[in-house]
Amino acid sequence: MSSTVGLDALLASREMILVTGSGGVGKTTIAAALGLAAVQRQQRKVLVVTVDPARRLATALGLDGISNSPQPVDPSALNEAGVEARGELHVAMLDTKAGWDELIRRHAPDVETRDAVLANPLYENLTGRFVHSHDYLAMEQLHDLHATGDYDLVIVDTPPSRNALSILDAPGRMADFFGSRLLKWLTVPYRSRLFSAASRPFQQIADRILGSSFLQDIADFFILFQRMEAGFVRRAREVEALVADPRTSFIVVTTLEAAPAHEARFLVDELAARKLPLGAVVANRVLPDHLADRTAADAAASLLEHTRSDATAVFDAAAASLDVDPSVFRRVVAKAASRFDDVSMVASREADRRSELAALADPLIGVPWTSGDIHDLAGLSIISATLRGN
Amino acid sequence: MATPLLDLDLVFVTGKGGVGKTTIAAALAEVAAASGRRTLVCEMDAKGALATAFDVGELEFEPTEVAPRLHAMTMSTEESLREYLRLFVRIPLLARIGPLASTFDFVADAAPGVKEILAIGKLAYEVRERHYDLVVVDAEASGHVVSQIAAPKVIADLVKVGLVRDQTQWMLDILEDPDRTGVVVTTTPEEMPVVETIELLDRLATDTDTACAAVVANRMLPAVYNRNELPVLERLDEVVDDLVDLAGPGARDVIDAATLVERRRASGAGHVDRLRQHLDGTGVDMLTVSELFARSHGHRVVSQVSEQLADELGVEQHEGAGG
Repeated sequence: MSSTVGLDALLASREMILVTGSGGVGKTTIAAALGLAAVQRQQRKVLVVTVDPARRLATALGLDGISNSPQPVDPSALNEAGVEARGELHVAMLDTKAGWDELIRRHAPDVETRDAVLANPLYENLTGRFVHSHDYLAMEQLHDLHATGDYDLVIVDTPPSRNALSILDAPGRMADFFGSRLLKWLTVPYRSRLFSAASRPFQQIADRILGSSFLQDIADFFILFQRMEAGFVRRAREVEALVADPRTSFIVVTTLEAAPAHEARFLVDELAARKLPLGAVVANRVLPDHLADRTAADAAASLLEHTRSDATAVFDAAAASLDVDPSVFRRVVAKAASRFDDVSMVASREADRRSELAALADPLIGVPWTSGDIHDLAGLSIISATLRGN
Repeated sequence: MATPLLDLDLVFVTGKGGVGKTTIAAALAEVAAASGRRTLVCEMDAKGALATAFDVGELEFEPTEVAPRLHAMTMSTEESLREYLRLFVRIPLLARIGPLASTFDFVADAAPGVKEILAIGKLAYEVRERHYDLVVVDAEASGHVVSQIAAPKVIADLVKVGLVRDQTQWMLDILEDPDRTGVVVTTTPEEMPVVETIELLDRLATDTDTACAAVVANRMLPAVYNRNELPVLERLDEVVDDLVDLAGPGARDVIDAATLVERRRASGAGHVDRLRQHLDGTGVDMLTVSELFARSHGHRVVSQVSEQLADELGVEQHEGAGG
């Protein structure tokens, strides 16, 4: 298949891959499997960054837990799972709280500002809530990891946000925030604001709603925060440039259910509109195509028909060869056959959505629906093999 | 004895992304309306999924009656602030503070919890004024729902004086009364959604005083084979050639599909059992909704889920709600 050649080339040539898609489609698993695929193929040092505290994924990778600082996946564990790794695989998990503290330490112009911000009672609350701070942090940490040059390829499992691409707007929003009227208003010394005729009506309302002491707390915080503007804005611009760099690529993960597939189409369009490079679309948990075939449906109908007729020497013989009760055997075949329509219907809907997506994205890679959850390296390596087209 | 789900005043439906949260919220509201309750269902994230669930055009802050007794709206914190200013601060000439949007930034982004409290406040207000018998909220996903529900508490801790502070107590009275408010956590029979559900139940208990009213296990695969039949199913591939001779080459696909679906079901059932054990003794019910294979879009899905939920809740539906 030409498409998988495309994916291998992508893993070999890019420095950063952002794995995106709507919630619940298996982004984290696909990101990890892409990491495996990359080290199987190439002698590269690969880092998979996840945002999900997916403990089972840590277990799957043979780790006790995934921490904020990158840690290697044991090569012998890879070997045992049948993964012949030529490169090194590392994993890290974004920790937003620790990440913010780190940012404040870096951008604070002096020790006093740093300590004052970290000790401000509003700090934790504000960083947790404003300007999509999780998204901003994800982008920021990504930039860091890339900038160290320690890794040939960084694969990012993007945070599940309402609009999966809002993560891309986060750096710009942060920069805008520093230039906004809001921040200026907040950081005008409290007294002069009180007497400014222009802001008086708003001030009065804000005061009645929130109380003046609370406003003062907020103002204090932002006065401190503003001292860090230069660092934040510069970094935001650098992060934006990194995302648009040709060495970066996006992989959209989806299932072939209605809502995720719709979201995937939206993401593909949106990437194009932003002139950002789409590397591939991965359709996860796909039923085998041939389940939608006429021959399978015909066989199901025929089997069902036979279970209802009296001449069923074939069933009785088969039951005898398995040494099972012939009536139970017949019932099982009847159930399997009568339930096939359900599966077949889902498969044919999926096939339709798959061709819709294929028209938009090349390559479109299907990862089959497995019968269980992925909870070990062996499971991940099966997905990685599928991604690579083996 | 816990208050029956539909007899609550305010129900937050949440769950990990992709588990069918909006469908469950819409179906629950539909069941309530069909049982004679005047019902409001509110989408919190303005993504438009609720409009799709009812096959209606874009929803607005002002509720639309989408079926008899069933009203639907989408949350807008800015509209909520406008309404709040009009109702509580009694500022008649909003125009005097200029376009609200430009100053709205302030309230929305800078002040912790204010955006959340404007949303929660609107819902609690509808409850307090008894405009509806039941308000169903298609809430934020499990990652954010706790900070949303905990907002009045956070505000009460941070803001010492002022109107917002005064407004938090009556909200807390509603939110913390298990006879009035409950959270419905939706999950699917898969590992990560179940793990997140258990974590969310723990966080709800530690960070809020709002009760969990029920867990919905959505998209459950039916148990088709009994104990005697299962071992036979697992061995069908040994005689697949005989079946191919009888019914054609597609017989192999039929057997593969049956085995695949059964393994998937068994693995999912294991996760749901773990969740059930976790709920054991907590008094929280688990409702199950089975997978709809003929997965259509929009309101047809919702009405099929409604039927199942009505059965699970033991509710008689007087007349089919919805169009």
